[in-house]
Amino acid sequence: MEKVLTRYIQPDGVPLDARAYERAGGYESVRKALRMAPKDVTETVKQSNLRGRGGAGFPTGMKWSFVPTGPNAPRPKYLCANADEMEPGTFKDRLLLESAPHQLIEGMILAAYAIAADVAYIFIRGEYILAIERLQKALAEAYEAGYLGKNIQGSAFSLEMYVHASGGRYMCGEETGLLNALEGKRANPRTKPPFPQVSGLFGKPTIVQNVETLSNLPHIINNGPEWFKKLSKSEDSGTKLYGVSGKVKQPGLWELPMGTTIRELLEEHAGGMREGLAFRGVLPGGASTDFLTAEHLDVKMDFGGVQKAGSRLGTGTMIVLDDRTCPVGMVRNLEHFFAQESCGWCTPCWSGLSWSEQLLTSIEEGRGKPDDLEKLEFICKFCAPGNTFCALAPGAVEPLQSALKYFREDFGRHIQAQHCPWR
Amino acid sequence: MTKIFVENQAYEVEDGQSLLHACLSLGFNLPYFCWHPALGSVGACRQCAVKQFRDEKDTRGRLVMSCMTPAIEGTRISIADAEAVAFRKGVVEGLMLNHPHDCPVCDEGGQCHLQDMTVMTGHDYRRTIYPKRTFRNQNLGPLLNHEMNRCIQCYRCVRYYREYAGGTDLDAFRLRNVVYFGRHEDGTLQNEFAGNLDEICPTGVFTDKTVKRHYTRKWDLQYAPSVCVHCGLGCNISPGERYGTLRRIVNRYNGEVNGYFLCDRGRFGYEFVNSPKRMRQPLLLKDGKPQPVAKARAMEHLASVLRGNKKVIGIGSPRASLESNFALRALVGPERFYSGLSNAGQRLTAAALEILRHGPARSPSLRQIEQADAVLVLGEDVTNVAPRMALALRQSVRQQPMRAADQLKIPHWLDHAVRELAQDQKGPLYIATPAATRLDDVATETYRAAPDNIARLGFAVARALGASAPEVSGLSEAERALAARIAEALKSAERPLVVSGTSMNSEAVLQAAANVARALFAAGRTASLSLAAPECNTLGVALLGGGSLTEAFKAVKSGSADTVVILENDLYRRAPAQEVEEFLSCVRHVVVLDSLATPTVEKAELALPAGTFAESDGTLVSSEGRAQRFFEVYVPGGDIQSSWRWLREIMLGAGQREAAAWQNLDDVVASIASAIPELAGVAQAAPSASFRIAGAKVPRAPHRYSGRTAMLANIAVSEPKPPEDPDSPLSFTMEGSPDQPPSPLIPFFWSPGWNSIQSLNKFQEEIAGPLRGGDPGVRLIEPPTGANGSYFTDVPNSFEPKAGQWLLVPLYHIFGTDELSCLAPAITELSPEPYVMLNPEDASALQVAEGVEVTVTVGGATHRLRIRIAPGIAKGLAGLPAGILPLEGAGLPAWSGISRA
Amino acid sequence: MLSAEERHEIEEELKRYPSKRAVSIDAMKIVQRRRGWVSDEALRDIAELLEISADDLDSVATFYNLIFRKPVGRHVIMVCDSVSCWIMGYDRVREHLTKRLGINMGETTPDGRFTLLPIVCLGTCDHAPAMMVDQQLHRDLDAEKIDKILEQCS
Ligand SMILES: Cc1cc2nc3c(=O)[nH]c(=O)nc-3n(C[C@H](O)[C@H](O)[C@H](O)COP(=O)(O)O)c2cc1C
Ligand code: SF4
Ligand code: FES
Repeated sequence: MEKVLTRYIQPDGVPLDARAYERAGGYESVRKALRMAPKDVTETVKQSNLRGRGGAGFPTGMKWSFVPTGPNAPRPKYLCANADEMEPGTFKDRLLLESAPHQLIEGMILAAYAIAADVAYIFIRGEYILAIERLQKALAEAYEAGYLGKNIQGSAFSLEMYVHASGGRYMCGEETGLLNALEGKRANPRTKPPFPQVSGLFGKPTIVQNVETLSNLPHIINNGPEWFKKLSKSEDSGTKLYGVSGKVKQPGLWELPMGTTIRELLEEHAGGMREGLAFRGVLPGGASTDFLTAEHLDVKMDFGGVQKAGSRLGTGTMIVLDDRTCPVGMVRNLEHFFAQESCGWCTPCWSGLSWSEQLLTSIEEGRGKPDDLEKLEFICKFCAPGNTFCALAPGAVEPLQSALKYFREDFGRHIQAQHCPWR
Repeated sequence: MTKIFVENQAYEVEDGQSLLHACLSLGFNLPYFCWHPALGSVGACRQCAVKQFRDEKDTRGRLVMSCMTPAIEGTRISIADAEAVAFRKGVVEGLMLNHPHDCPVCDEGGQCHLQDMTVMTGHDYRRTIYPKRTFRNQNLGPLLNHEMNRCIQCYRCVRYYREYAGGTDLDAFRLRNVVYFGRHEDGTLQNEFAGNLDEICPTGVFTDKTVKRHYTRKWDLQYAPSVCVHCGLGCNISPGERYGTLRRIVNRYNGEVNGYFLCDRGRFGYEFVNSPKRMRQPLLLKDGKPQPVAKARAMEHLASVLRGNKKVIGIGSPRASLESNFALRALVGPERFYSGLSNAGQRLTAAALEILRHGPARSPSLRQIEQADAVLVLGEDVTNVAPRMALALRQSVRQQPMRAADQLKIPHWLDHAVRELAQDQKGPLYIATPAATRLDDVATETYRAAPDNIARLGFAVARALGASAPEVSGLSEAERALAARIAEALKSAERPLVVSGTSMNSEAVLQAAANVARALFAAGRTASLSLAAPECNTLGVALLGGGSLTEAFKAVKSGSADTVVILENDLYRRAPAQEVEEFLSCVRHVVVLDSLATPTVEKAELALPAGTFAESDGTLVSSEGRAQRFFEVYVPGGDIQSSWRWLREIMLGAGQREAAAWQNLDDVVASIASAIPELAGVAQAAPSASFRIAGAKVPRAPHRYSGRTAMLANIAVSEPKPPEDPDSPLSFTMEGSPDQPPSPLIPFFWSPGWNSIQSLNKFQEEIAGPLRGGDPGVRLIEPPTGANGSYFTDVPNSFEPKAGQWLLVPLYHIFGTDELSCLAPAITELSPEPYVMLNPEDASALQVAEGVEVTVTVGGATHRLRIRIAPGIAKGLAGLPAGILPLEGAGLPAWSGISRA
Repeated sequence: MLSAEERHEIEEELKRYPSKRAVSIDAMKIVQRRRGWVSDEALRDIAELLEISADDLDSVATFYNLIFRKPVGRHVIMVCDSVSCWIMGYDRVREHLTKRLGINMGETTPDGRFTLLPIVCLGTCDHAPAMMVDQQLHRDLDAEKIDKILEQCS
């Protein structure tokens, strides 16, 4: 398979410097794009059918087309790379940030050019120390090489780019929470509409895009939309960074064609379950996706495929549940995370999730009551999409609602026996 | 109008609203928490969910938050939908997970929005058994309690306090289910409008601390529609009484005036009514000492003093009602009636009145001030002089940025979206005052100068607007440029506003403000002009006419008078002590009517106990020119009664038979209307005493008022007959019409299922709009609209600092300047100590540091004061706290030296 | 009082944003990098520099988990407690650490050497369990490895 996103990544993970990156074909797309009209760049991305890799899968080119353009458009406009990656079980963007920072910068220049952004921020997790250092270095090199700053490569286009390290909260990854965080405020989400494309950072038109999404852009500009579509095994174009964690033989991260099946990932790439363990289920795309089980192993890991099976592609990094791990304990761990990270804005989330954590803890600790499952089901409905202000809570109850469906007996055993059968 | 469908039934609603707003306006019971009509929608609590359907065929629908969804043509929703009902019930369940369920001991109980919504949604059983989260409470100062365990995280408090009122010391801390609303550290809340948190908080987190000492449930209080007496704006209030003491003040919505909010002076100043300084019996001077005497004895004495006496004059008061002032005027005759305003006060108020009468600018209501889109403030420290107006001005600076929201089709009620778009952008607000003000944080530019220079800036703005306005010579380049910027901002606005008033004691400032407004009219802009008045009836007493205090003093000196009847006026606050002493010692008979034992009362031969606003009826004229009626909340004990009733009795005793016709307040009002055509409208300020709803009076007490048969059992076992009220259509009981009274007669807001202040929704024609049948009050002054008339031309000379001398100027304090509120313990606690304020440069020239004691001579009296150093005050000026020092009548601004004590 | 370097660094950040408030998180991190935590005094100094109230800044500070409003030890150990690490043995790691250091999660050793905190997923789930000590990420933890890491911390 053709390597795209990981093309520039060295075996030791140390990123190429600007020179070496250029020699390997890097920044070629910038020169090419600068000769194109911005709207043609957007058009190319639209045609490539690139969908966002941050979890929601929104078509990237379409998002850009909502940004007001022309001489009367508000200025400055902003581009934000979402490098917050705090969803448990997700470890894909870190690779791109640490090992291919120039590819991200290159992609950001393209996106910024397309929407005529003046300033770009890379919003990165505060814990990603190595990535921050490498990004800072790469940025300095890119400025040095004339890819950033005033009149990029002699064109009329100018762009300033900065790194912003987060103060730490899952909500910072939600695109409007991210904007508030960048404005130095509490990372509560914002009302949509208006969408950030028209009123975003500092009230100006803004695009927020995932690191992996942005890293695809140079290749799309270089090779064209048709090429990008053909990389995939499914309707959704391109390749995808897929990851597997949990008790498999070789946990890891791989770039594979979009649409690779769960089975292939699990068995061929992750080497199957560890000795003596059996597969029970998987969160296909990170902590905020519904469990899938053995019956779904042949599901294609693309946006439509996973959705049809009752879950979400999410970040494409799966967490495997084995038969020696307590599903109630696992869900308790997840709900603890979500309850802890709730921004505290809307009632179903801040009250419902903490209640779910209390219920799950008491079930896990052998104090469960027969009607506790009803209450958990109520909380799942309570936090359903549309009922909350942002997508955190609906995501939070995905693993819970599916666990109640697929592992109901295990919950029942806890309550009946008044202790955790796995302990 | 827009057509929407609720439960498949078509309704017409106003355009551009949210569904929640529309549904509440239609009278539906739809629960909510985070939404507030003045704060807009942010979608946090999720309590207002309804089911929305795409079209007639859609039977599944989806839940939407009604506060976040626009009511657009053809919108179809269901409130009764089972899923929506279950979800809303779940929201209350979620909110109650951590709530302490402590209603029986909670101050909010019985007026609690959370209680109401819990009942409305049907949540009645606690399904969780886990420990609740608990918080430490803070001491937030003398005005508000803090009980964080009751918090439901609706964010209203911080949204109101920070975003609406501009406070910076209350915030949300932490996240998830442990968000803490409080201060970074314990301490008094600094915002002057903090008290509204009592009503903004839908549960018992922020409650009125002053009530704590004499707590009474909402339903056990007896109320009356009333008007705040602590400044000239005339905010509408609902005072509540029990056992003969005033227990609290809550806001009484008036869509044109105070809307949903009061200032802290107005909310917490009420305790002067319960002050130990109250007079409850007539006091007659005997052996040089005031002795309580029986009323009959007092009246006899008075009759002997007054009968046939041709040398009686009356001194009225800007803090007494029109009726009382008028009755005094009737007692002594119009030529012998003096307004009770200081010399300067009289002159300035008359000047302000003339300006308002002649126009072309009209005085705006507070609602209109809120909607102004460019403002120039000349000379007024608005927050400290006319507090509620400052809150309105704070909203006005949002008007221009809001236009960007219109372009993006973001509705104005989508509050955070509008704020995120606008960021820190503010519409034009220019403030010219001698010292820093509490609105500076939202000001476009400020100008710090002596009163004369403030006037000159105003004149220069007028000139920059139109070449026919008088020229101002000798302006600095910076001043000229500033004037040009202000002129430009005002001219390019749709609803420009000029705010000024009498607090600089400068006619020139008033005239400059009038010129700016006139010049705007000449430039084709409908400007409005708001002139702040210092007291609750300053404008009213000025409309009655009569001379100033100095003229009254002269009358005595000249020998044409030897007896004076003083109405609710402490002369020591109006004129230098020396002059007052001299005056009082020359007068043979001093008769004083007042509610409090003031220093003037102490000098009276006879003092009569007058009712405060809470114990009398009457009319006040606000600085807008709005006449508003206030009603007796309860029948006071002792001999206390309305001043006008005392005066009526005095007239009868003195043989003035015309007073016999004054059977009740309406009769006095009718006399006023016929005597003074400009006041004819006063009769319409409220329905007359004969008004009835289906034959019944309007009850002052809620129908759940408890203990009526028992509360006086320690005095008499049989329940006494409730007091009669000849002066109003209100009854002193819970009996009467259950229907909503006309707006000027609403004693309190309550509606079935809505026990909290939110029941107000049921009294408005339109949510946040006028009360049913129109907002209370009658505007008395409407200038002719044409731009005729001429400019004022007396441009003062530029201020010149003098070596070793400072120009003393009065500085005002929301807590401290007002005479009455200062007697409320909570307000006393917040009042500053007397001081003299200097610019740092002046202070270092004088070689004094902060806190050093100095002496300053004002109006003949020498005061020892501590130095306050403030960069905000203009050089060459020394600021003194008005009210805290007796500055009115001292002839400020005046020059004085300052020497180390 | 902010040191000259702190002030300088914050002022450099200010150049990157159109509003002063936007720098609030960066500014607190700048101070924290030098002092380990953000004291009330530091909070007020930063707030003054950024022309916002201390209440405003504290509201932001208490939202984010990487801003410490209480003193911490010389070394801050942040143990990932999220799902993949939990599956792979977070409980064992935590127990080992709390026993070795004699403190619970959220506490600081009496000698001020270590503070032990939970942290959410460190994005290294294929090498779980993981933790960060100060700026350094450690993966595929077991008791032996943990002991070695602790030894290297003075
Ligand atoms: C609670 C929450 C956390 C999120 N965290 C991230 C994140 O860390 N990184 C990310 O790229 N997207 C995250 N998202 C998705 C973003 O909101 C947004 O959809 C994404 O950045 C858009 O970029 P894309 O279109 O390139 O995917 C999160 C969403 C939610 C609701
Ligand atoms: S769902 Fe609500 S409380 Fe939860 S993170 Fe989103 S806005 Fe905040
Ligand atoms: S009132 Fe609508 S979400 Fe709170």
